[in-house]
Amino acid sequence: MSRAADNLVHLDPTVALPFPQAALPVLRNPQLRKNVAHAIDVIQAKRGKLVAEKTDWQQLRDAASAIRAHALDHLGFYLEQFEANCTAAGGHVHWATDTADARRIILDLLRQQNASEVIKIKTMTSAEIQLNPALEAAGVSVFETDLAEIILQLGEQEPSHIVVPALHVNRAQVREIFARTMGLKDLSDDPQALTAAARHYLRQKFLRVPTAISGANFLIAETGGVAIVESEGNGRMCLTLPRTMITLAGIEKVIPRFQDLEVMLQVLARSATGERMNPYTSLWTGVTPGDGPQNFHVVLLDNGRSSILARPRHRQTLQCIRCGACMNSCPVYRQTGGHAYGSVYPGPIGAILTPQLMQMHHAQSLPYASSLCGACYEVCPVKINIPEVLLELRSEVVNQERKQPTRFFDPLYIGLRIASLLFSRAWLFHAAQGFGRLGLRLFTRKDGWIHSLPSVGGKWTQTRDLRGLPSQPFHAWWAARQKEAK
Amino acid sequence: MRASLFITCYNDTLYPETGKAVVTLLERLGVELDFNPRQTCCGQMHANTGFRGEAFSQAKRLIRLYQDTEAVVIPSSSCVAMIRDQYPILVEELGNENLRKQLEALLPRVYELSEFLIDRLGVEDVGAYFPHRVTYHSSCHGLRALNLGDRPFRLLSKVRGLEHIPLANADRCCGFGGTFSIKNAEVSSAMLAVKLQDVAATAAEYCTALDNSCLMHLGGAMHRQYAGMKTIHLAQILAATEALPAEVTL
Repeated sequence: MSRAADNLVHLDPTVALPFPQAALPVLRNPQLRKNVAHAIDVIQAKRGKLVAEKTDWQQLRDAASAIRAHALDHLGFYLEQFEANCTAAGGHVHWATDTADARRIILDLLRQQNASEVIKIKTMTSAEIQLNPALEAAGVSVFETDLAEIILQLGEQEPSHIVVPALHVNRAQVREIFARTMGLKDLSDDPQALTAAARHYLRQKFLRVPTAISGANFLIAETGGVAIVESEGNGRMCLTLPRTMITLAGIEKVIPRFQDLEVMLQVLARSATGERMNPYTSLWTGVTPGDGPQNFHVVLLDNGRSSILARPRHRQTLQCIRCGACMNSCPVYRQTGGHAYGSVYPGPIGAILTPQLMQMHHAQSLPYASSLCGACYEVCPVKINIPEVLLELRSEVVNQERKQPTRFFDPLYIGLRIASLLFSRAWLFHAAQGFGRLGLRLFTRKDGWIHSLPSVGGKWTQTRDLRGLPSQPFHAWWAARQKEAK
Repeated sequence: MRASLFITCYNDTLYPETGKAVVTLLERLGVELDFNPRQTCCGQMHANTGFRGEAFSQAKRLIRLYQDTEAVVIPSSSCVAMIRDQYPILVEELGNENLRKQLEALLPRVYELSEFLIDRLGVEDVGAYFPHRVTYHSSCHGLRALNLGDRPFRLLSKVRGLEHIPLANADRCCGFGGTFSIKNAEVSSAMLAVKLQDVAATAAEYCTALDNSCLMHLGGAMHRQYAGMKTIHLAQILAATEALPAEVTL
């Protein structure tokens, strides 16, 4: 099998390894870690500078959050409004309940067009439903047009970031992929040469392929329009040359009014790429005679979203505008990159979104892939309290664990259950301190430190020592002092 | 001024010297301090690992234990964050109206140490003397949940003899995260290594913080690596004087 097949497995949450294991290959790959850390440090620095120059940044966040929350609170209303206005403007709206449904609708549309090839604007939602392999299996050739997506497609790799999907690949690696797959032996790793090679590759596709697939950054209920933001103009090409455009969008992408873009585009560009404005913003509403695709379809995807919507504390997850600022700010993501999350949605937002999209049947290790440092919440332009949702999901994971017999073999589970009992009475807690001190004395060296512990303790001592327990806990010192005073 | 000390479970067990320092410091500032011997844990470890019912039991216990106090001082910003941010959620979900009222009454009286000194007592110069080079690690909860801002630096700036060396990438997590350091030990260690590089670059003698949990993580690695630097809770620096230097174990 090709490498692509292997990689598909690893971004499928139903079969992905748990996060701690999936992170290991990355932690042992210094080049990959260097690529990731360098890339997100650059974006973070740019973001920090541009956010700082907005004196009303916090108010912008409040406004963006309010717009998204309002849209979600009235999602049914706005989706129907979008459908009516899009249809009136000459578009066709399709509703997909799940992955299989969305793939089938898109494949049917392609068959109606007799399309054997499609070009694509970067869309994470299509990766969520594994659209490319489904289309390829049905005999449709897929060509990505976003530069990063081209790198991944030709290199048979998977995205590791939602905004900068090839963030884990450096320039020399891009050169290698292009040289090998485009037959350009003498290609240099000069950025201009690399982009020229991509441009040449892309132009052939743009001129030949009459059918395109896109995602959507925003669906505008008031007008029935779709908005796409991008940096390269290749998305604009896909909206200019093809005769048919199929847009796949999660149902949460709707915003009420055209005017809301004023807020959303400001926070999105600064948060995503550290730019005042993104280079290309494309807006289209239905079909315009003589301009762009004349056959326009929108596929609205649920795929678990309405079940997230139904839960008040979880609902904020759907406010996400996919800017990626949470992953850029995340100290965990900075070490592991995106692939360890086993999902097309990595980083903090992926850690809350993926298990919920899986209805908590898979990806249960992801809510724990966070130190709860709160950096993600601080930068989130729509104020999703990611740590709060992580905790909700952790409690659901534990509630699942409580029903499983395997819990009795999990030392951490047992330890926490016992600790809970000990904390219920001070005398039990104090007795446990005494036993703990005696027990740990076996492992405490002459210097007063513990260098190695068994079981879960070994997870700590693999890289850190632990100071041995002092002979007198604080409460005992206090009691002795009170006695003396009397 | 009366106040009750909630020492926290891990300070009680592992870092009694921090508790002693809080006592020394606050009594020196004229605070009449008491200590409820029935206290155990705020429930953070359980709450953050997903054991919500267990966390609630501990929350309920703490709320009742401190309902008659004038002020509760806690030398751990993550435990204060637990009480402020998570208790309302736990009580809303699992508690009753009576408990909700008790919590509402308690919350404004709960202080992290630096908050208590600056916001309640209104002191920055606590009369401390600590003639060493020190860098300050802003723990994530102190930084983002409590928004401590420049409080720790204002306190440090008034300590005689102390040279404060700023830490680069100060807003980056050290990788402790409670049970995260066990459940994701390898990732946690990788984060720790990055943080230690920044701490080592300060060439300070001490790394201080308002959370012994982060310091246990950083100090454990420093000891493993013979880093030649020590960790010390800010309370111990603030308690130290010429007559009574800081108790630094190991």
